[in-house]
Amino acid sequence: MNFLSDPITFIGSWLTNLLLGWGLSQALVNTIVKFIGAGLVGTFGFALVIFTIWLERKLYGRIQDRLGPNRVGPYGIFQTFPDMIKIFTKEYITPDGADKVIYNLAPILSVSAVLLAWAVIPFAHTIVGTDVNVGVLYIVAVGGIGSLGIILAGFASNNKYSLLGAFRAVAQVVSYEVPMVLALLVPVLLGRTMGVNSLVNAQSVWFIVMSPIAAFIFFTSVIAETGRAPFDLLEAESEIVAGYQTEYSGLKFGMFYVGEFLHAFTISALTATLFLGGWRGPFAQQVPILGVAWFFIKAFIVYFVVVLIRISMPRLRIDQMLNFNWKFLTPLALILLVVTAVVDKLFYLAIPSVTISAAYLPWARAGIHLLVNLVILLVLIQILKGYQIKSRVVVAQPRAVVITPLAEVKTVPQEGSKAYDS
Amino acid sequence: MTPEQIIFIIVAVVTLTAALSVVTSRNLIHSALWLILALFGVAIFYVLLDAGFFAVIQVIIYIGAIAILFIFAAMLTRRVMQDSDPQTNSTWWLGALIAGLLFAGLALVLTNWPGLSTPASPLAGDSEKIRQLGLALVSPDHYVLPFELASILLVAGMIGAIYVAGEKKR
Repeated sequence: MNFLSDPITFIGSWLTNLLLGWGLSQALVNTIVKFIGAGLVGTFGFALVIFTIWLERKLYGRIQDRLGPNRVGPYGIFQTFPDMIKIFTKEYITPDGADKVIYNLAPILSVSAVLLAWAVIPFAHTIVGTDVNVGVLYIVAVGGIGSLGIILAGFASNNKYSLLGAFRAVAQVVSYEVPMVLALLVPVLLGRTMGVNSLVNAQSVWFIVMSPIAAFIFFTSVIAETGRAPFDLLEAESEIVAGYQTEYSGLKFGMFYVGEFLHAFTISALTATLFLGGWRGPFAQQVPILGVAWFFIKAFIVYFVVVLIRISMPRLRIDQMLNFNWKFLTPLALILLVVTAVVDKLFYLAIPSVTISAAYLPWARAGIHLLVNLVILLVLIQILKGYQIKSRVVVAQPRAVVITPLAEVKTVPQEGSKAYDS
Repeated sequence: MTPEQIIFIIVAVVTLTAALSVVTSRNLIHSALWLILALFGVAIFYVLLDAGFFAVIQVIIYIGAIAILFIFAAMLTRRVMQDSDPQTNSTWWLGALIAGLLFAGLALVLTNWPGLSTPASPLAGDSEKIRQLGLALVSPDHYVLPFELASILLVAGMIGAIYVAGEKKR
């Protein structure tokens, strides 16, 4: 039964014992098993993206009242495979004057940076790539490498539009890292740890309940980090062709494409892990494989929201995007961080004087944090209302669009059918 | 040889090659990329030393922020990036001599230092390390004064940059 409830750990320990039985040293066996695990996690990410590309295209189709891919396999589920073969057979074009090494390095960097984040995501309480004690910071660090890939692609292409895309990438991706890190500090404060798996363990009440504002800020800024609509300024096709990936063709373009889709699912998995309780759910502690199911259900729900936002939002202007970051998200995140820290400290100072059973303690804490979040939200809405009135300049009074029937009767005999057009 | 030693040797070779290429490369962007590789190698050394926090901070600060700023600044000056001047000047031998002497002196001091051969005492538990670091940075009898001074310095630098770059309103 061990195999059925926890297959990965079972296979891992079986492999370790097998290799030890062959007379290899413990350190060497650990290294080999870790390398195999890393390869598996990476391959799993790529396998997953084959599915999510189909899913996203299908959802797009449905939301736009189309069918989406529906020819290859049932519901078009194998559509990605012909697309892959097509992309493999395309010609590589390297533009004249391009910086060849950097030009070829950039797509690899942008895919591998996304895959690296999967190393710390816990699928179940026993199935963790590696439980780093600074996992949250690791996620931020890996995000920085991804933006490096985009910048290098834009620079090395020797194309003005690519360069413009790279400039936008610097403005957007680097500045949205600020509210993202600040929002990530809130779960770290609440869970009192920086390890991702320990954070999931600490979520006896989901962090989205304890701090919905932090979840909102994190979610918004990671969507901006992926560079998808409504934040797709780095590849805005109506303005700068395709931004940083204008000159890429064949598999190199394919890698950017895979990287983008994988990034979209990775941020969903991260949001599910950090704010929706990750693998937590009924019987997840006893049967680890159930934890995997809970984790993926939550991740796909978040992913659905990501796709929904992408398909239904118009693109932001660059000044709106930067104003939103620096004048709204960052101050909000700073205020939230300070308030959460003070409230949490006060709560634990006040605990000894209040009699409360240990079972209700997390819920009482969550309730107080939720209350504080709601107060911040109300104050925020009041402040925003003032700004809204100031920022809207009245250019003209509204005009009547429809002509009254009485006026129509007068004009019709003189000018004939033209009167209807006015 | 343990696997960790093999990894250490590979990473050391890569880091040193990258560090050398930073100064010998003629293209500014290539130099910045080699610098990133060298900094990444240092991050791996931190991991091998069981200091995950410093490794991750190294990647965030140096690669995620400083190296990207380097590349961004170099991107804005595309035309002056290619440099065809000779890479050494007439006093290169003096520099080499001073560097060699410094290296010899450091090697001499370090070989006589007993701490080099004795393994360091193990640190506290995994999450305990960050806790100790955080407490040391804010406790009055440790490093709170240097910490705050560094913050003030950074704020002053930031205000100066904003003043220099900002629009002058009259």
